[in-house]
Parts: sequence; C-alpha cells; structure tokens
Amino acid sequence: MVRRFIPVLLIAMLLMAVVPLSMAQDECAEPIPVRLQLKWVTQAQFAGYYAADAQGYYAEECLEVTILPGGPDIGPQQVVASGGAEFGIDWMGSHLASREQGSGAVAIAQIFERSGMREVTWADSGLETIEDLQGKIVGVWGFGNQWPLYAALVKAGMDPDNTDDVTIYIQPFDMVDFLNRDIDAAAAMTYNEMAQVLEFVGEDGTFPVYTMEDLNVIDLNEVGTAMLEDLVFANEEWLAGETDGVANEEIAIRFLRASFRGWMYCRDNPDDCVQYVLDEGSTLGAGHQAWMMSEINKLIWPSTTGIGILDEAQYATTAEIAETYEVITAAPDEGAVRTDLAQAAFDSLLADMPDLDVYGEEWEAPVVEITPNGE
Amino acid sequence: MSDSVPQDVYAASSVRAENPPVDTSGIRTIVVMALMVIVVALAWEGLKALGSANNYALPIGGATLDFTFVNDTQLPHIAAIFGSFVEPAQRNGPPLAQVLFSASVVTLGRAVSGFVMGAVLGGLLAILFTHSALLQRGLLPYVVASQTVPILAIAPMVVVWMRQAQLPHLAVPVIAAYLTFFPVTIYALRGLTSVPPTSLELMRSYAATPLQILWKLRLPNALPHIFTALKISATASVVGAVIGELPSGLQDGLGGAILNFNQYYVQSPPRLWATIVAAAVVGILFFVVVAVSERIVVRWSRNDSD
Repeated sequence: MVRRFIPVLLIAMLLMAVVPLSMAQDECAEPIPVRLQLKWVTQAQFAGYYAADAQGYYAEECLEVTILPGGPDIGPQQVVASGGAEFGIDWMGSHLASREQGSGAVAIAQIFERSGMREVTWADSGLETIEDLQGKIVGVWGFGNQWPLYAALVKAGMDPDNTDDVTIYIQPFDMVDFLNRDIDAAAAMTYNEMAQVLEFVGEDGTFPVYTMEDLNVIDLNEVGTAMLEDLVFANEEWLAGETDGVANEEIAIRFLRASFRGWMYCRDNPDDCVQYVLDEGSTLGAGHQAWMMSEINKLIWPSTTGIGILDEAQYATTAEIAETYEVITAAPDEGAVRTDLAQAAFDSLLADMPDLDVYGEEWEAPVVEITPNGE
Repeated sequence: MSDSVPQDVYAASSVRAENPPVDTSGIRTIVVMALMVIVVALAWEGLKALGSANNYALPIGGATLDFTFVNDTQLPHIAAIFGSFVEPAQRNGPPLAQVLFSASVVTLGRAVSGFVMGAVLGGLLAILFTHSALLQRGLLPYVVASQTVPILAIAPMVVVWMRQAQLPHLAVPVIAAYLTFFPVTIYALRGLTSVPPTSLELMRSYAATPLQILWKLRLPNALPHIFTALKISATASVVGAVIGELPSGLQDGLGGAILNFNQYYVQSPPRLWATIVAAAVVGILFFVVVAVSERIVVRWSRNDSD
C-alpha cells in the first residue's frame, strides 16, 4: 500500500521542485510593452529611466519599456490620457490641473523630493532673500512655472500684481536678460539655467566669467513655497485593467521597481548615466549633462522618505499653492495621488534585495567640473 | 490625320516648358550666385564690424540706434558658423557636420515620404475635382481652409492620432504631406481644367472616354503645372518634416537638433545657424532633384508625342 504511494510521492516532489523553476522561466516568455512619456527632450533629468533600460532592470521585470522623449507641443498628460503611453513624467502642479480637467491621471510615485527651482541674483547686488526683492525687477517663467515664486513673494508681504511692490518680468527660457543685468533676479533650475550662467564664455573667450561666488541663490525649498516636481503618473482607467493577463497595477509596480533601481544606479554611477543620455542625444553638451546629472541626484538623494515615496506635507503645500493661484479651483480629490503602488514597489525591492540603498543617506554630491559652454 | 490635332495640343503645352522664365544653367548662373553670396557675406560682416566699432549703439542724428542684433550671440561670424561644422558636436564626439549629415538624411527620408503621400493625395483630389464640379465647389473651400490652420496646431493632433492607429512612424510624413498636397491640388487642377476647349471638343467628337481625355489631353497639359507645384512641395515637405519632428519627440532628425541648439543657443550660437544651413541645403537638394526630373519628364512626354 505504502509502496504504491512512493512513485506518486516522488512525482509530487519532483513537480514541487520543477514547477517553481518552470514558472520562473515562463515568467518572461514575452515581455510586456509599455511606454514612458518624458516631460522634455532626452536629458539627464530623465537619466534614471534610461539607466533602468540600459542596465536591464526593466527586462528583469519582464517589461519592454519604450522611452518617448518630450518636446514643445508634447503634453505628457495628453499623451497618457489618449493612450499614447502608459506612464508619464510631470510636475505636481500641472498634474493636479489636468486631473481636475478630467484627464484621469493618477500620480503613482514622487521621484524628486526637492524642487530644483531657484531665484538667483548677482552677489554684488546685495539681494539675498525674497524680502530684498521689494521694488526690484524679478524674472519668472510663465506657463504655470511662476507660482512657487509668487507664493514666496506673498509670504514676504508683497503683491506680485502690484508694481509698487515688485515688477514681475516673464523671462524667456534662457538667461540672457539676467546676464545683461536687465533684470535684478531670475528664475533658474539648478540643473539647467544656473549651469548656463556658470558655463558662459565671454566674447573674448574668457572662462570662467562667473562662478557660484558671483551669485546669490534663493532656495524656494527653504522659503517653503517649493512645489513638487518630477513624478510618475498613469491613467486610472488603465490601472484598473490588465495587459496579457497581468494586472496593470502589477505592471506599474514592476515599472516603479526597475525605475527606482535606475535612479539608484545613476546616484552611484553618474558617469555611466550621462553616457546613456548622450548616446540618445548626439547634440547635447557632455559637460552640461554631467552637471545636470549631479544636480538631479541632489533633488532625489538623500531621500528622507525613501525613493519614490511621496511626502504628505510637501504634497499638501503644493496642493495649497496650486489652489491659491487657481491652477486648480478646488482641493484635489483623493484619487489624484496614490502611494500604495510606490510603497509596494519599495517594500518588495527591499525584500528581494535587502542590500539596496533606497535612502542614499551616505551619498554626497561629487564635484562636477564646469565646462566652457557646457561642452 | 487624327494624330495631328492632339500633337498641336502637346505643342501648346510644351511651349511653356521649353521657355522657362529664367535660364538656370550655365556659368553665368554660377557667377551670379557666387556674387550674391559675396554681397550677403559682405553686408553681414560689414554690419557686424559697424556695430562692433560703435559698441553696438549707433548714433544717428540725435537718436541712438540699438545695434546689439549684430553682436556675436545674435549674429555670429560667418567663419564661426562654418567653423562649427568641423568642431565636435559633443566632447570626444564626431564633428557637427557628421551629426547634421545623419540628421539630414533622417529628416529627408521623412520629407520624401510626406512629399510622395502629399503628391498622390493632391493629384487624386485634383482629378476628382476636374470630373465633378459639385465636389470641386463643395470641397475646395475646405482644402483651402486646411492651409489656413497653423500646422503647429495640427501637428500634435496628428501625432496622437497616428499613435492610436499604431502607426507612429507615419506621423511626420503625414504632417509633411499636409503641407505638400495643397499646391499639387491647386496647380494640377488648373492644369487639368485649362485645356483648350477646341481640343476637348475634338476628343469628345472622337467619342474619347473621360479616362482617355485625362490620359491623353489633360495630364500632358497639366504636367508643367504639376511640376511647379512639386517644386513648392519639395521645399515645404522639408519644413513639414522638421516641424513634425518636434511634437513627435523625434530627436534623430534636424528638428531635434534645432530644438537642442535653440535651448542652448547662448552657449553656442553658430551651431543653430549651422543647423539652419543644413536644413536649407536639404531643401535646395530636394528642389534640384525635382527640377531635374521635370526636365527629363517634360522632354520625354514631348518626345513621346512626336
């Protein structure tokens, strides 16, 4: 009687041993294609996604990710809403606005913990704080990028619309007006426009013309009116569905796991990540991208909440500024952001790879050499 | 006898092709072109020298004329523009000329696809309108209206539609075609309908079918018109391809190069100008190819009729 069971038992044991193996093999017979729509053209701001692709992290999650560069006339929200991409990168302000207009977008991971937006003045002007900008010509960007500075001015007791308090100047996306000293202060992203000032070469070829010592930098993170920047979003209808028998929420978790690893890779191997970006954009300056990579890392690392996890207090500030300046007409609904997917990705990553440094507490920004014209 | 009358029809149409308004061949043309280049270069550098000598503020009468538009940022030296071609586009990378060459090939490919699509569509519309006065009256206004809508507004929508249709690679050609079909429709329609009434009556008296009339009378009559349109379309298709590359997020063509060099313009103005030169060369090349085909085809059609 017992003997008869032995083969059965053996087969059962064999099956138990083989099934997980074969499942692991079958797991990625056919990678699931997904697309990521960037907010702007290929540059180090998005290096983590390129690294996740190049390092095979997406492939490990059985995903085949196509990264779609942005550009003028490309709204990531519109692309994702129309099904042109599964995931998109956007800033929180415009995300909340499109959400309110019915795009169905849901923020699923907050990649940048800090804002890269600064207001810079010349050191010799003596303008060191927002309060000092009273009565000055202050440059800001349009297209919804002006609100963090508006909020800072209001906080300092000024009315941005009253020229007796301050003269707001909508600046173009370059620093020429600031370099010519036509304006007293200019908005600048640490990873882009600020570098363009430092990379400036004089007409007679002198370099460097300006260093950080020539600049006063007003950090809106410290003022407390910064708005959250790069985040990953998806469409809620898509999230509720499935692709090739896999729940799309599961696909989102896998996408975030690999993307988080990509950003960790770029923190630890910035030179590789700069190269991935340069390989995709043959007209980008190598020196400028190296600087950008370093500055982007500073916006993510060290990560107090852990990579990708939204800080509720920062979200509340962003939503409040957005509502104050009528970017949105009412407080965002509950569904505008969800943190469970990023949390699941974060937790499972740590469970699978306990050695991963998901906080980067020890990380210190390496010194990046400023190159003439960012070349 | 029956052959001789259609021959006159061909003769009438080929007169225009035989006597183009300006002779574009020969040494004189090259001399004139070279002279033009020298004049432009002299004016360019002369203005820069004038501005530089007066510290970019020219006192004229009581007023001071702002001359900053000729400084090195806003109007680089011609030597700097052409010098940038041989300098690397990226540290340790290939020279800019090589980068722009591959970008030009990519953009030209898209422009040619759009050109072909636009020419076919424009030609078909023209034939349709020739044979149906009702359709012509009903649809032609919309064809005209289509060109008053800025391509910048249409392009992003085309990109979204093409993605939804799972044909994203066709987005740029379609945008280029949108710019190119219009001249073909208008000029071909004119050529197809402006046949001498006597020729038309003769064809009809021989009980020629509409297809025969189209093939033997209307099309040969329209050829010079069509080629005029194709020459306009050739250059427009390059513009369309460059514009189409922007909302498509394509960075391997001239559109991507223009975008990046524009964003970092202050850092290296000559590169954007060099890219403009490259785009112009692509457009001119395409134009020349169409112009040469015109000579061959129009001559062939004339010989064919003899």
